[in-house]
Amino acid sequence: MKKRKERIDRGIKARSEDIFALSSYREMLYLLAPRAVPVVGLLGVAPFMSPYWQEIFISTAIYALLAISWDLLISAGLVSLGQSLFYGIGSYIAGTLNHYWGWSPLFTIPVATVGGGLLCTVFLLPVLRLRGIYFAMVTLVLPLMFSRLVEATRILGGTEGLPGLTPFPNQLTALYVIQLALLAALFGFRRLMASDYGLVIKGINDNDRSVMNAGINIYWYKTQILFLGASVGSFAGAFGTHIDMFAGMPGFALDYAIMPVAAAVVGGMGTFAGPMIGAFILVPLSEILRALGALRIVFYGLFLVIFIVALPEGIFHYVQRKYHQLERWVELV
Amino acid sequence: MFIGTLVYGFINSCILALLAIGFNLTFGISGVANFAYGAIYIFSGFLTWIILNSIGLPYLLSVVISVLCAALIGLLVYYIVILRVKGLALSEVMATFGLGLAIMELFRYFDFVGFKYTLPVFFDGSIGFGEVYVDYQRLFIALIAVGLTLFLYLFTRHSKTGLAFRAIAQDERTALTFGIDSDRIGALSMAFGAALAAIAAIVILPLGTIAVEGGYEVLINALAVCIVGGLGSTVGILVASVLIGYAQTFTANYLEPHWMMLVSLIAIAVVLTIKPSGLFSRQKELEERI
Repeated sequence: MKKRKERIDRGIKARSEDIFALSSYREMLYLLAPRAVPVVGLLGVAPFMSPYWQEIFISTAIYALLAISWDLLISAGLVSLGQSLFYGIGSYIAGTLNHYWGWSPLFTIPVATVGGGLLCTVFLLPVLRLRGIYFAMVTLVLPLMFSRLVEATRILGGTEGLPGLTPFPNQLTALYVIQLALLAALFGFRRLMASDYGLVIKGINDNDRSVMNAGINIYWYKTQILFLGASVGSFAGAFGTHIDMFAGMPGFALDYAIMPVAAAVVGGMGTFAGPMIGAFILVPLSEILRALGALRIVFYGLFLVIFIVALPEGIFHYVQRKYHQLERWVELV
Repeated sequence: MFIGTLVYGFINSCILALLAIGFNLTFGISGVANFAYGAIYIFSGFLTWIILNSIGLPYLLSVVISVLCAALIGLLVYYIVILRVKGLALSEVMATFGLGLAIMELFRYFDFVGFKYTLPVFFDGSIGFGEVYVDYQRLFIALIAVGLTLFLYLFTRHSKTGLAFRAIAQDERTALTFGIDSDRIGALSMAFGAALAAIAAIVILPLGTIAVEGGYEVLINALAVCIVGGLGSTVGILVASVLIGYAQTFTANYLEPHWMMLVSLIAIAVVLTIKPSGLFSRQKELEERI
């Protein structure tokens, strides 16, 4: 007897999709619960952790921001393997302003966010027409190139970097700043993609030529998305550089390119929440495994492989399906 | 100095071609970018060392065993990992990258670090061209590079499996209608790529020590050559390895070694911007840019 799996939307999902959600507490709660999880999880739990885990939490949030920025780019069909470009540019701008002119982080971070976004957009503008893997390769090469350029020409401190930057007044301030930024990016981008503007972006990802046919200038849209994504990445870089009190070549390191992609693949692409979940699993995991010494990266690599093979759709898509749908086995007739 | 640069540039080109040819074969046929390529390269080097020094088998036998082992790993990786995420390019890249990471770091964990990890050269001694001296091993590398290229050329044109390789590379669906099993060919292409990585490792590694970090450099060099030459094009690989090989050697000798990597990275960026499919690949205008 052969069977197949049948999936049906839950009644409450169908009902709460409309304005009628307001008619009962049960349906309001159904909508509210998943959205409350990140807010409560971030703002409520983190301040009570030990200082050591707060530090890990901050670096996790930085990776999560990079992963969300990666996810925004992929929504417009731009595959980025170079989130480290955004991170590095952001960290160098903030570092330079702080190191040479003594600006406070209150000004360096906003300037680096907007300036880094603009600069990265200008760098990638000539290859905006490239698709898929070709665009990905350019983004992979650019950060490597910049770090070699810094090494070879010895500008901006060369291999030594720019040390002694102003730190945040205390860890709690840093914690709240990065949490608010993370929540803003998460909910902001989800809202953006649900709007008409987001529909155009999704269209560009699905079939760019038919969007062109509709008389829409896809290059302009792609430029805007690139600027948004690069700004978020540069913010992460500027923030991280003040946490480390150092700006230098490690900002262009491959870590910042690979971790966001791994987080998005593990968490589920195209949802913003997925990459964030992925980052919040992978970064602490690599921290816990630190006790194992060199074996840590072995386990880490194997975890990634097993995860991708066992659950290719990603955690978020899987959980979302379980939340919204009933599944049952029915006999084939 | 100039003649020396010319000779060593040629040998550097041969090394690059050897490194890139396996990566290119797998990508050209099954479309899988095998990011565990550098790990397989390092793995074969260490395996040969272990068989040679810990078990004590003769050199030639240990070479054959490690090449076969590398091929087996390629086959297994395809059937166990790649087949399940086939078509999801990013998942393929992440899975093979994670696997490569695990393999390389496992060697680091078991403390395979140091100067004692070297492979013996095939032939000792050196030969002089005027005032330039080249050791036999470097000449042997050039010979193997040329030989393997010839072998692959003949193999893909005059054997049944080779023709099936090309069929899948050209048009997978039409090949399927001719009864060519694309999964089997994909797995074979992965095994071939891994075996070529093993051969490259055994020939090139005697020039230095076997180090885990070498795996990452191998991957970047293979990628650079494949991008500049055009992914999947054999003629492109040869031309690109000559271009990058000479560019690297000249900058290392006449400028600073710091600039060496920069030159090839700039070459990649420029080639991708101007002609994304590479210098010698068929133009796929709508696939690569819009």
